[in-house]
Amino acid sequence: MGNAIDILLVLLVLTDLVLLGSSRLRNAIRIVALQGLALGLLPLLAHGRGRLWPAILLGAGSAVLKGFVFPALLRRALRETRASREIEPFVGYIASLLLGVGALALSFGFGARLPLPWAAPSPWMVPAGLFSVWTGLFLIVARRKAITQVLGYVVMENGIFALGMVLVEAMPLLVELGVLLDIFVAVFVMGIIVFHINREFDHIDSDQLEALREGAP
Amino acid sequence: MPPSASIPLFVLLGALGLLAASGVASAWIGRWSERGSVWLGVSGSAGACLAGLGAALAALAFRAEGTLSFPWSLPYGAFSVGIDPLSAFFLIPTFLLSGLAAAYAVGYFRPWNGRNPGRFWLFYNALVASMALVALARNGVLFLVAWEAMSLVSFFLVVHDDAGAGVREAGWIYLVATHIGTAFLLALFILLGRAGGSQDFAAYAVPAGSAGGLFALALVGFGTKAGLVPFHVWLPEAHPAAPSPVSAVMSGVMIKTGIYGIVRTLVLLGAVPGWCAWLMLGMGAVSGVFGVLFALAQRDLKRLLAYSSIENVGLVAMGIGLGMLGVHHGLPAVAALGFAGGLLHVLNHAVFKGLLFLGAGSVAHATGTRNVERMGGLLRRMPWTGAAFVAGSVAICGLPPFNGFTGEFLIYVGSFKMLLGAGSAALGGLLALVALALIGGLAAACFTRAFGIAFLGEPRSSAAEQVHEAPLSMRGPMLVLAALCLAIGLGAGGVVRLMEPAVAMLVGSAAVDAGRNSAPWLFPIACGAVMLLLLALIGSLALLRRRLLAGRSVRRAVTWDCGYAAPAASMQYTATGFAQPLTQAAAALLRPEIESRPPEGIFPAAASFHAETPDAARERLFDPLFRGAAKWLGRLRWLQQGRVHWYILYLVVVLAVLLAWALRS
Repeated sequence: MGNAIDILLVLLVLTDLVLLGSSRLRNAIRIVALQGLALGLLPLLAHGRGRLWPAILLGAGSAVLKGFVFPALLRRALRETRASREIEPFVGYIASLLLGVGALALSFGFGARLPLPWAAPSPWMVPAGLFSVWTGLFLIVARRKAITQVLGYVVMENGIFALGMVLVEAMPLLVELGVLLDIFVAVFVMGIIVFHINREFDHIDSDQLEALREGAP
Repeated sequence: MPPSASIPLFVLLGALGLLAASGVASAWIGRWSERGSVWLGVSGSAGACLAGLGAALAALAFRAEGTLSFPWSLPYGAFSVGIDPLSAFFLIPTFLLSGLAAAYAVGYFRPWNGRNPGRFWLFYNALVASMALVALARNGVLFLVAWEAMSLVSFFLVVHDDAGAGVREAGWIYLVATHIGTAFLLALFILLGRAGGSQDFAAYAVPAGSAGGLFALALVGFGTKAGLVPFHVWLPEAHPAAPSPVSAVMSGVMIKTGIYGIVRTLVLLGAVPGWCAWLMLGMGAVSGVFGVLFALAQRDLKRLLAYSSIENVGLVAMGIGLGMLGVHHGLPAVAALGFAGGLLHVLNHAVFKGLLFLGAGSVAHATGTRNVERMGGLLRRMPWTGAAFVAGSVAICGLPPFNGFTGEFLIYVGSFKMLLGAGSAALGGLLALVALALIGGLAAACFTRAFGIAFLGEPRSSAAEQVHEAPLSMRGPMLVLAALCLAIGLGAGGVVRLMEPAVAMLVGSAAVDAGRNSAPWLFPIACGAVMLLLLALIGSLALLRRRLLAGRSVRRAVTWDCGYAAPAASMQYTATGFAQPLTQAAAALLRPEIESRPPEGIFPAAASFHAETPDAARERLFDPLFRGAAKWLGRLRWLQQGRVHWYILYLVVVLAVLLAWALRS
């Protein structure tokens, strides 16, 4: 069991790194979908002494949402806005990767020191989860397009999902379901907003929203 | 919990539920049916107020005490509500005035012209419910939630007529002021709860040596709501801007929640150091004098009443300050008289100020202006409103036999006792006496002016000529309040007797006995007897006048005739002119901005005079303060990039720093 969990977590870290270095939107959506599908297995493997059915439900729900529904929504937004397929980063890919490696090291540092109520199913779990959260936040901050920001939110939620597995006995699955619902609504709303921003302004560069700030020229 | 407490408590909770349900239903129905919406709103409001009033009176009469606690998923929160004499006493004016103002609002807002009446009734009923919940709450979190709800819904009521830019500005000033006040309360409750380990009032503990500081926090936080100088700036802005029934409730009851908060804090803190009492007394005296002086300089009738509310809150604060001094110096009679006077004035002010705001609303409704310089001669055209207004004016001046006299009289007696028997603290009695006398005289001048200019003489504008009396739904509540002014004045002995348990919570029952014994002709029914004697005197004087005039011919003539051949309305005293001797004497404080062109030459052609009196605290304290703050904080503008990326980056940085800080060891 422990081995399978480790493999999934390694997959999580690797896909995060690929995302940091990836330059094509379609590719990035596919990687996030893969990440979501893989994480869907995690509750099954990590549910420990907890009940099995909620874990299956959560894993299946999460895999369907993140593996199929979100990517479909995002592809549709991509198609309808006819955005260019480039990611357009603020921070270059090489720099992103280097920062990502630094964040990975920090995550391992934090993970070792984070006091946990009880032992995690795998020593990798906390660092991998933290790293995924940082990667998600980094994607939100350092990429220009609104769609990449949505991807960042999903990656962040994947990290929270992995972290939640550590606390699977303390944190009821209900909380995780709540987070999942939030993200679902967020993606759904952002999919629509991205579409509308595009229609109003002819582009989906979220940095152009600064024209709306108080006292903008 | 004894049934004497649980029954009123459940009735009160039911009233809260009825208020909430009827407000929501009114807003919902209002999309289709105007009549249904008004009917739902007012019947829910009036029914809940009637039930609540009965429950509060019963709880006070039976000295009910008890707490109900329901679990609540909010951190530190519990839905803990309780009743005791103090809460019951403050609930009485709340429900009394709110119910009457609700009935008044039916006529005041008609016609709605297609607007949804639910947008008034939803917020109005929520305001009444939240004010009652403030008095009932026994948990810090619940109290703050009710307090915030009260502030927010009253903001929406203030900006009800949001078409005017002045109304919107007044709303913002109110919103900012009330939130600054709440910030202090948050600190107060956190400190009390941290020492006690729970946010339940029963568990609160006072860290050693900090009672004075905690009281100061309460004084700023609650004083902002109560309108104590210098935290009163929102009051003269928000009250005139709000619709009149709302001004009546805000001025009559809502600002008293601030007084309730201060008194409740005293109960929670236990003993406070002596300087707190001096501070309270001093702030009360300053508020009283400041409020009445500024009231004297106003031409806007509702603004005048708002300043007069500051004055009356000052009187209440003086009573409480005197009571605190009495407690501190071990003078039980002074303590009981001070607190009893302050609390009685809370009730009295709710009745007569509610009445005056409703009267001002009727006048503004009829003439279309709030400027007294454009009124005049209204008494003949609106006799009922005029009679009610004069009753309120006499009451607010503290003249017997109306109710304003009773509370002030208790404070007077307490001050004399302090002056005579307190040694070093006698200065407090002297200060209170001087302030009371000054306030009383100026208030008499102020309301002579307000009533005289608005209701007597000849109409000063065509709008004032064509007015007609307010409809029954507006007259009725005013007349009930006027009758209450007289009834409370006559039955003051019984009212004081009824509120004794509330005073006993603050000073102990032994002190209440001492207070009662020190003025035996005051507490019992004798007080009413003196009032009746006075009424009989007035009546016999009137009879005598009739007898003397019986054989003579009586001729009626124009008011302010002065023997002119062709008198005109513009020859009358103006409001500004009437107050000028007094405002000029106080010009150092008032700082009026005067533009005048005095008449010149032997045959002067044109002359003009214009005086404006902006609020001193706003002009000289808050405006510079906020301008300075805006200037300094403007330097942080670069943080506001307008890019979502940057804002999320700020979050990430803060989160990372917090995580590193949490794991620093």
